[in-house]
Amino acid sequence: MIEVKKLVKRFGLKIILRGLDFSVEPGEFVALLGPNGAGKTTFLRILATLSRPSLGEVKVAGYNLPAQSAQVRAKLGVVSHLPLLYPDLTAEENLLFYGRMYGVENMSARITEVLEMVGLENRRKDLVRTFSRGMQQRLAIGRAVIHDPEVMLFDEPYTGLDQDASEMLDEVLRSVAAKGRTVVMTSHDLARAEDLATRFDILSRGVITASTTQKKLKKTNLLAFYKESLEA
Amino acid sequence: MKTSSPSLLKATLAIVRKDLAAEFRSFEMISAMLVFSLLVIIIFNFALELDIKTRQSVTAGVLWTTFAFAGTLGLNRSMSVEKDRGCMDGLLLAPVDRSAIYFGKAISNLTFMLVVEAIILPVYSMLYNVNLFRIDLVGVILLGSIGYTAVGTLLSTMSAQTRTREILLPILLFPVAIPVLLAAVKASGGLLTGAEFSEILTPLNILIVYDVIFIAVAFMVFDFVVEE
Repeated sequence: MIEVKKLVKRFGLKIILRGLDFSVEPGEFVALLGPNGAGKTTFLRILATLSRPSLGEVKVAGYNLPAQSAQVRAKLGVVSHLPLLYPDLTAEENLLFYGRMYGVENMSARITEVLEMVGLENRRKDLVRTFSRGMQQRLAIGRAVIHDPEVMLFDEPYTGLDQDASEMLDEVLRSVAAKGRTVVMTSHDLARAEDLATRFDILSRGVITASTTQKKLKKTNLLAFYKESLEA
Repeated sequence: MKTSSPSLLKATLAIVRKDLAAEFRSFEMISAMLVFSLLVIIIFNFALELDIKTRQSVTAGVLWTTFAFAGTLGLNRSMSVEKDRGCMDGLLLAPVDRSAIYFGKAISNLTFMLVVEAIILPVYSMLYNVNLFRIDLVGVILLGSIGYTAVGTLLSTMSAQTRTREILLPILLFPVAIPVLLAAVKASGGLLTGAEFSEILTPLNILIVYDVIFIAVAFMVFDFVVEE
């Protein structure tokens, strides 16, 4: 579903990604872990078509980037630590706007379905600026799945959430992944990543330095694996 | 579930509807532009003790000074709303031609500017005792506003990506907007002082050519402006 070969990204003289190789099978939930400044967000922005690769090959859902970025965008749902929502519009109006931008048909039924999925059905007429951070993040996930994408990218979705809101987000993330979507998530929350993902890749200094699966992890835990990978 | 990539027109209209719905609920942008504009024309009214003839000759200058600065306020605010909460990324993620984002934002900005102008013109007429309710003058104001928002939307998209956007936008915009502002002042001034049509023809032509060129340029370069 995602195939990346020898990806290089540089901003001026600074090289962020240094020949990164990465691939994700359909239906996999990959947690991309690594220290600050490792290039996780830059990598996700390239997959999301928001940034152009300097060198290398990137394929998402069978389409090449950046040449076929419009086709890729139709298959992608992206959630970042910013909600990408308009505070002066209601939850329903935000979804309606994004639905129009993705050409969603039968909009009203789809909006109701999405609001029910993220548990905001009874707040559909409320302005987003009155929502708590956790509710905004749940609606952000609703926004990202409005067009039923095949691939979901989550960039630090837990940033700024309290324990209750994080638990609610866990449920929403599980339901998103349960529909067979391919998911790539960056996170610093190792416990949550261990609980949700099926594969764990460590990104450090612009390359993937280690990778393991949930099955292989049973002998150890993610924190120990993460520390080992960074020390190596 | 069925989806199909929306056309340029549908995506543009979706952005315009979203901007109008948000603004007509909060009135943040229009009220800031309006308060600024009213202040400027009231200060000029007190500062300039004018007879009727002189009033007609300074009207074009006072009006376009007001519109240009109020327009800059609106342009800055319009793009910072998109940038601050990451909404620009939300727009860029949609599977639409990216020029739809430009056209959507430009039409919204033009609408807000025209709303402010529609309120300012009667207030100005009352304060200065000058008749501004003329279809030809409204046409010139429309052409000038189109040119100003066409280039302003493009440059505000660029400046919104910097930390000093409030300062950067006027620095970038005013030199580029000088032809449209000069032509608009000349054409409006000519109409108000009863000049011959042949005298107004040149600034009118400049306004039309400027509008066409900058809309075409923005259409071609917008994709590169928003690219990382």
